[in-house]
Amino acid sequence: MTRPLRTIVTVPPKATLGQLITIRALVQHPMENGFRHNEYGQRIERDIITDFICLYNGNEIFRLKLHTGIAANPLIEFNTLALESGEITFEWLDGNGLSAKAKARIEVT
Amino acid sequence: MSIQRRDCLALLTALGLAPHSSSFASPDQARQAIHALVGEIKIQTGRVKIDIPPLIENGNSVVMTLNVESPMTEFDYVKSVHVLAEGNPLPNILSAYFTPRSGRAYVLSRVRLAENQRVWAIAQMSDGSFWQGYADTLVTTSACTEER
Repeated sequence: MTRPLRTIVTVPPKATLGQLITIRALVQHPMENGFRHNEYGQRIERDIITDFICLYNGNEIFRLKLHTGIAANPLIEFNTLALESGEITFEWLDGNGLSAKAKARIEVT
Repeated sequence: MSIQRRDCLALLTALGLAPHSSSFASPDQARQAIHALVGEIKIQTGRVKIDIPPLIENGNSVVMTLNVESPMTEFDYVKSVHVLAEGNPLPNILSAYFTPRSGRAYVLSRVRLAENQRVWAIAQMSDGSFWQGYADTLVTTSACTEER
């Protein structure tokens, strides 16, 4: 992938202290698994996102390692506790050194 | 009439010479991958719930949810969950790492499944113990090795 990776993240904008919130993160990526062949019979190079990291005000709250068994345009949904107002940042890294970043704000009352 | 690649493959499959057949992982390979994660520690059954539809039309994108029973406190939480497929070319699907701040050991993603198979989820707790759960599924259209 040479284009910048498109991302969509869903974080509730407001939450009460200690509330369990659901976060969804989607990134546009072919997740080419390296087992397929093109019309000339040549193997298509493996190209997958390998790591996903989520930070909440700089603290790591969730990390995912992705392998070839993940579908194209990986969707990741997980939970966290809303403990403070601030910024939640997301980062995807692929095997070719490319990365995508996204962020969202949350107000905790 | 030109000979199509897919006709050749069909013929080879019929003769038992299909180039793909060796590229699928066996339950043995999945077991080896689990062993690489767990080592000599005994895996207990339970606490881990993995949900996959029992019948899948298209293995390219299958919604999978994982839930692990745990209080998720500072002293007792789920450290990680690993998902391994017995019938994919490579058994590893994902590894998720939680913290006590996760609140709930839950993850949803979309996975690829190559054939009818059993998918294992192995969870490591903060006390070092391992727990496992599995889901069986039927796949009508395979992912991974289909051609463009």
